Amino acid sequence: MTATVNVFLKEGVLDPQGKAAHHALDSLGFDDVKDVRIGKQIILQLDTDDKVKAEAEVKEMCETLLANTVIEDYTIEIN
Amino acid sequence: MKVAVLRFPGTNCEFDTEYAFEKLGHTTELIWHEEAKLPEDIDLVVIPGGFSYGDYLRSGSIARFSPVMKAVKIYADNGGKVLGICNGFQILTEAGLLPGALKRNNNLHFISKHQNLCVINNNNAFLNQCTKGEVLNIPIAHADGNYYIDEEGFKKLEDNGQILLRYSDEKGNPVVINGSVTSIAGVCNEAKNVFGLMPHPERALEAILGSEDGIRMLKGFEA
Repeated sequence: MTATVNVFLKEGVLDPQGKAAHHALDSLGFDDVKDVRIGKQIILQLDTDDKVKAEAEVKEMCETLLANTVIEDYTIEIN
Repeated sequence: MKVAVLRFPGTNCEFDTEYAFEKLGHTTELIWHEEAKLPEDIDLVVIPGGFSYGDYLRSGSIARFSPVMKAVKIYADNGGKVLGICNGFQILTEAGLLPGALKRNNNLHFISKHQNLCVINNNNAFLNQCTKGEVLNIPIAHADGNYYIDEEGFKKLEDNGQILLRYSDEKGNPVVINGSVTSIAGVCNEAKNVFGLMPHPERALEAILGSEDGIRMLKGFEA
């Protein structure tokens, strides 16, 4: 089973990397870009077939280590 | 005074920190991160700067789970004094021993230079040798020093006198260095026994090297 975790800075927390990339895209002429957010994707291979258990476990991993919930939000996708 | 200086894989300011406290006449002991206990006769724990675990995932996020950090948490919960410098500050926020978090600098640069700091609160075990509003000249060297805290948390910091230092000009007016909320450079916890700052007082001990303002900061712990 594969868990895909996406971690992004919270809405309202300024993302300096996203802002820099946005400026760069602007200067390349990509005028339609309204906002850029840069985060990270963490892919976990899990040794279980129990989707519910996997989801609960990955949520705990996010809360304790993978995300800093003071500044970051995360999403979990399990396949 | 006996000072425990923690050491993680990637820490690189432990010897400067030892030098600083020994110059002030104290004894120091390096504590490897795998130690589950702190020496019993210590007066202060310092988490020095560096790049623990290569700053992987987030600065300080992996070091906080080291065995020694469990001991530091118990030590701090019992009123023991803890100082985190730079990466040490990041570790303390990740560990929840200090409020807020440190993000990438707004300009994405690694900023390494001497910086003026304004003393905001001196009614604590750290900055008691400094005066309120005083301007100190201390080196900074960091990429992730952009202090973030939400509005509610910020109000608590302000009301409890937990803001220690702000980046400032030579007159003490706040300046934007890395994007920190209200230019905060250092904070303490509510009980005022855990301190964190991005600047490096241990690098400001000799006038010939640019500043000796760090002496008064570190001397605060002697009181």
